[in-house]
Amino acid sequence: MIRLEGVTKTYLTGAGAVHALRDVDLEVRAGEFVAIMGQSGSGKSTLMNILGCLDRPTSGTYRLDGRDVGRLPDSVRAKLRGAAFGFVFQSYNLLPRMSALEQVELPLIYQRVPNRRHLAAEALVRVGLADRAHHQPTQLSGGQQQRVAIARSLVVNPRLILADEPTGALDTKTGQEVMQLLTDLVDQRGITVVLVTHEQSVADFARRTLRMRDGMIVEDVVRPSLRAVSG
Amino acid sequence: MSLVDAVRIALRAIAANRLRSALTALGLIIGVSSVIVLIAVGQGAQKGVTERIRGLGTNLIFVRPGTAQGTAQTQGARGAAMTLVASDADAIEQAGIPGIAGVSSQINFPAQAITSAQNVNTTVIGTTANYVDVRGVSLSSGSFISPTDVSTRGLAIVLGAAVAPQLFPEEEPLGQTVRLSLGGGRVTFQFRVVGVMAPRGGSSGGLEDSYVYVPVSSVQNRIAFVRNPTGQVNVSQIDIKTAPKADQALIKDQVTALLMQRHNVAEPDFRVLSQDDLLGAASAVSLTLSILLGSVAGISLIVGGIGVMNIMLVSVAERIREIGIRRAVGAQANDIVKQFVTEALTLCLVGGLIGTGVGVGAAVLLGGRAVAGQTMTTVIQPWSIGIAFAVAAGVGLISGSYPAYRATAVDPITALRNE
Ligand SMILES: Nc1ncnc2c1ncn2[C@@H]1O[C@H](COP(=O)(O)OP(=O)(O)OP(=O)(O)O)[C@@H](O)[C@H]1O
Ligand SMILES: [Mg+2]
Repeated sequence: MIRLEGVTKTYLTGAGAVHALRDVDLEVRAGEFVAIMGQSGSGKSTLMNILGCLDRPTSGTYRLDGRDVGRLPDSVRAKLRGAAFGFVFQSYNLLPRMSALEQVELPLIYQRVPNRRHLAAEALVRVGLADRAHHQPTQLSGGQQQRVAIARSLVVNPRLILADEPTGALDTKTGQEVMQLLTDLVDQRGITVVLVTHEQSVADFARRTLRMRDGMIVEDVVRPSLRAVSG
Repeated sequence: MSLVDAVRIALRAIAANRLRSALTALGLIIGVSSVIVLIAVGQGAQKGVTERIRGLGTNLIFVRPGTAQGTAQTQGARGAAMTLVASDADAIEQAGIPGIAGVSSQINFPAQAITSAQNVNTTVIGTTANYVDVRGVSLSSGSFISPTDVSTRGLAIVLGAAVAPQLFPEEEPLGQTVRLSLGGGRVTFQFRVVGVMAPRGGSSGGLEDSYVYVPVSSVQNRIAFVRNPTGQVNVSQIDIKTAPKADQALIKDQVTALLMQRHNVAEPDFRVLSQDDLLGAASAVSLTLSILLGSVAGISLIVGGIGVMNIMLVSVAERIREIGIRRAVGAQANDIVKQFVTEALTLCLVGGLIGTGVGVGAAVLLGGRAVAGQTMTTVIQPWSIGIAFAVAAGVGLISGSYPAYRATAVDPITALRNE
C-alpha cells in the first residue's frame, strides 16, 4: 500500500541544513501494524508527516497504492487526508469547547458525509465512550481524550491510521488500553496502523518494528506473532 | 464544508468569545446606526426646507434685493434700502402683466412684543393688505392690515396664531395694545391688535405662527436710522401670486424688465425667483448636508470594519492550533477561508442588524424632538438601511478575507506542534 523510495527531508534553517530524513525506503502493506522507534530527533515525526500527506518529501517518491501522492496538489492531498487517513497525536489535539461527539463529527463535516451524528456516535461506542459523548475535552481524562481522538481518526473509515506517540502522555495502564483499541482496529477492520513510540511495551503490540537513527531506518524487524496479518 | 456548517462553526466561535465579539460588533453597530441616523437627519432637514418653501403658497414668484452673484443679505431695512422698495410692488401690480393675480411686499425684522404682563421675542413682518390673498393665509378673528393702514402708516398689528395666546393668555387680544421694541430696545411703538391669524400648523406653518404683522410703512419711516432718505419704503421681498397655469418664466422676464427699467440699471440689482428655483437651491444645500453627514458616518463604519479585521487577525493568530487540527482532519484551504470569512461576515451582519435597529430607533426618537430650539425632522430612508447593510457585509467580506488568507498559510505541522 505504501512505498517510499529514496525519500529525504531536509530543513533549511539559519544554522544550516537539517537532514531529518536521509534516503528512506519503506514498504508497508495493507493491514500491517508497524511501530517506529528511535531516539528523539531521529526523524520519526517527520516520516509520519510525510506518510500522512501533511508534509512533502524534499526528494524521493511516496506512492500510495501506486499513485505518486508526494506531488499531488494541496487540495487533493487535503481530500486524501480527510478520506483515507486518521491521525492520532501525543497531545490528543482536540478542539476546545467542543463535545466528544462534535470532535468526532469534524472530519465528516469536511467530507460532507450525511448522517454525521449517527456515524460519530457509532465511532464513540467503538472506543467505549458512548456515555461521554457530550463531554468537552476539559471534562475528560487523558485516556478518554485519546480515545476521542482515535474515534475521530476512524470515523471516516480510514485505510491508514498514523499515531505519533499516542500513549506518550498516558500512564501505562491507560496506554495499554489505547494500544488494545488500535490492535483491535488492525485485527478486526483491517486498518493499517503506523505508530511512533518510545516504549518497547507499546511497540510490542505491533508485529513489525522499525528503528530509526539520524533520519535513516536502521532496523526493520517482523516478529512472528499470534495475530494474523491480512493483506 | 457546507454553508450551514460554516455558519454553525462561525456562531460557535463568536459565542465562545462573547465579550470580544460584542466589542467588535459595537464598532459596526455604531457605524451602521450613525449612517442611518445621520442620513435620516439630513433627509429630514431637506424635507423640512422643502415643506417650508411649499408652504409659502403655491404659484408664487419672489423678488429679492441683490444680484445673482453677490447676494445683498437683507439686514433689517438697511441692506434692502438701495434696491427694492414698496412702490416696485405697486408698479408690478399696475403694469398689467398677464398672469399676475396679486402682489404684496414685505420686510422682516426681529423685535420684542410686550404687553403689561408678557414679553415675547418675535419676527415682525411689515407687509401690505394683499399678503392674505397672495400667501393664501387666513385669520381666525378680526381682520388683516387694511390698505388704509398701509397708506396712513397706521399702527395696527395682527398676531400669529402662536403669539396671541402667549401675549394674552387670559384676555381676548382684539383691541388690546402691544408694544414692539425694535433695534435692541432703541425704539418702541404701541400697536393696536386688529386681528389674529389662523394657525398654519405643520412643519411649514410652525414658524409663521410665531410672527406678527404690521403695515410695511408703519415702522420704517418712523425710525431715523432705517428710514430711506428718498422717502420710499424699503422691502426685503416682493411676493407675486401668479394665476393657475400662468407661464412663470414669461412673468419672471417681464417683471425683470420692468424693475430694471424702474431702477434704471443695466444689470438686475434684484433676483426674481420662482418656487422651483428656491426648491432647487434648498435641495442642493440639503443634499450637500446629507452627503456630508453620510460621509462622516461612513468613516465610522470603515473604522468599525478595521476593528473587525484586527480582531479576525488576532483570532487567526490565536487559533493556529485549531487551524492545524482542522487541516489534519481533512479541511481544505478553502474550507478554512470559508470559516473565517463566514465568521467575520456573521459578526458584521449581526452588528449591522443591531445597528439598523439602534439607528432606526434613534431616528424615530429624534424625530419631533426640539434640538437647539428647532424641531428635528427625521426621514428614515430605506436606501440608507440598504447602504449601511451592504457596507457592513462588504466590511465583513474584506475584513474576513485577509485574515482567512493568512489562516490558509498556516502549516499544519507547525500548527499541531504549537502547544
Ligand atoms: N520545521 C523544522 N525545521 C527545522 N528542523 C526541523 C523541523 N522539523 C523537524 N526538524 C528537525 O528534524 C529532525 C527530526 O525531527 P522529528 O520531529 O522528526 O524527530 P522525532 O524523531 O519525532 O523526535 P521526538 O522523538 O523528539 O518526537 C530534528 O533534528 C528536528 O530538529
Ligand atoms: Mg516526534
